[in-house]
Amino acid sequence: MAVAERSTAAASEAQGAPARGAQPRRKGWFLPTYTALVIAYLFIPVLTMVAFGFNDFTGKFNFAWEGFTLKHYGNLFDFPELTLALRNSMIIAALSTFTATVLGTLIALALTRFSFRGRSGLNLFLFIPMATPEIVLGVSLLSMFVSVNLERGFGTVLIAHIMFSISYVVVTVKARTSGFDRNLEDAAQDLGASPWTTFWTVTFPLIWPGIVAAGLLAFVLSLDDYVVTVFNAGATITLPLWIFGASRFGVPAQVNVIGTIIFMLGVVYVVVSLLREKRRAAGPPTPGVLGG
Amino acid sequence: MREAKPSRPPVRRARRALIPYLLTFPGVLWLALFFAAPLVFTLLFTFYEGSLDFGYSFTSSWPSTYLEAFRQYDTQIVRSLIYGVIVTVATLVISYPMMYWIAMRGGRRKNLYLLLILLPFFTPFLIRTLSWQFVLADEGILLGTLKNVGILSDDFRLLATPVAVLSGMTYNFLPFMALPLYVALEKLDLALLDAAADLYSSKTQAFLKVTLPLSLPGVFAGSLLTFIPTVGDFIDSQLLGGTNTTMIGNVVVRELLVNGDYPTGTALSFILIAGILIGVFFYARALGTEELTG
Repeated sequence: MAVAERSTAAASEAQGAPARGAQPRRKGWFLPTYTALVIAYLFIPVLTMVAFGFNDFTGKFNFAWEGFTLKHYGNLFDFPELTLALRNSMIIAALSTFTATVLGTLIALALTRFSFRGRSGLNLFLFIPMATPEIVLGVSLLSMFVSVNLERGFGTVLIAHIMFSISYVVVTVKARTSGFDRNLEDAAQDLGASPWTTFWTVTFPLIWPGIVAAGLLAFVLSLDDYVVTVFNAGATITLPLWIFGASRFGVPAQVNVIGTIIFMLGVVYVVVSLLREKRRAAGPPTPGVLGG
Repeated sequence: MREAKPSRPPVRRARRALIPYLLTFPGVLWLALFFAAPLVFTLLFTFYEGSLDFGYSFTSSWPSTYLEAFRQYDTQIVRSLIYGVIVTVATLVISYPMMYWIAMRGGRRKNLYLLLILLPFFTPFLIRTLSWQFVLADEGILLGTLKNVGILSDDFRLLATPVAVLSGMTYNFLPFMALPLYVALEKLDLALLDAAADLYSSKTQAFLKVTLPLSLPGVFAGSLLTFIPTVGDFIDSQLLGGTNTTMIGNVVVRELLVNGDYPTGTALSFILIAGILIGVFFYARALGTEELTG
């Protein structure tokens, strides 16, 4: 609660902040203070969520702070439907991440390593799904599944999640692939490696970080999706669908716990990538290439 | 891209020319089947009349489906577009100074600041929005406290008002604006600002004549990425709003999943796309001319 209140105070201050911009020393402190206040504001709902996952409340509603407890972490799987929804979401996210990452990486390789007829058209075609409102993606899949009389459920959700992840995978892998040194591949081939060997020993290790980043993005996109899923889930319940349904009657603290765990995984990812970046900046110019 | 080496035998070159098509085929097929084809089915539905139970048939009076849908829901359609504009402007105003500072003066900590901004968005979208609902609740930690202290009157409320919906969307879509702005500002050549200063321009002039115009591509990209999902959003309006904040997305969900009125629901989807395209067109024109005259 204290944490939440502190950030609430910071947020109300953020709204008053711009008026102070007229003071003479603004270059020195105004923008950094402003940035800190906006970041504090961004953390308000997150800190509230984390805090109320530890709330020892009685009765049905988790509305007021009543004391600290870890019991919701112990009772994480007390709601069988929530557990099932979480399980479904994890399975769908894993399968759609795998498929979309494979399909998207192949496209990204083609776009960065080859010049071919239709390349710019393909780039445009990949951009359109990302620029289409999610609700239109959901509605149109529903229209098709209804038209061809396909029962909606686990399979149709999976199809949808793979569909909206592919373009994001392509963009992410492409960003990493276009930067790397093509001479390394030429060197391998000059030393007698076949194209196949070159790919698996030189190209693939170099683009692997890009593939991992793309996979993480696809996983988060799938785990987070409500809009496309609600049109195509049939009787299948995913985590966002369950939470949305429960929100009408009051969401149990276990949802806060699940949110906190997902958020903490994000924190770990951020810390690891910052540390790795620091090491790369400190170390020799291209350490991973020869060693990996 | 690299040319094929001239020494390569013609057969291998022909096979090499096929490789990009083989690589792209599975992914493109997936998008053709599950992105492009469904849009055609959606369009077909707008030409039909009937119901799920008794079947659909083509009707020559399909334009009236569109007209009826528009007439019935013009409030929600216009409201969605206005909300889209407000949220786009709000995210731009909030994130520009911040991204400017990070890109220009962030130094070695640039990436740390960026990750701090992105971190809250690792929380699932729905849980984040429900958390806002909780913060803004009538007797919640924010309003309840202010009411107890006596700053606000007891019947003051934020939930179920446009303010709550707009602030929820502004929060949720902020990264879509902030990141393109950062990319544009980060690319800016600082030598240009030095040159402006050498030519006796003031800080304000340098900002208006150099920084701002050069960051416009980021403003444009960010605006598109924010405007499009905002106009189509219905979760913020559902969880934070009331009957006077209904957006086109809420109506589409109701028509398709509650009423089962597919022609109206699909026609509304196309009206949504048309609205977005019109908005983007005028925006591109406005920004384009500004760039020329500025």
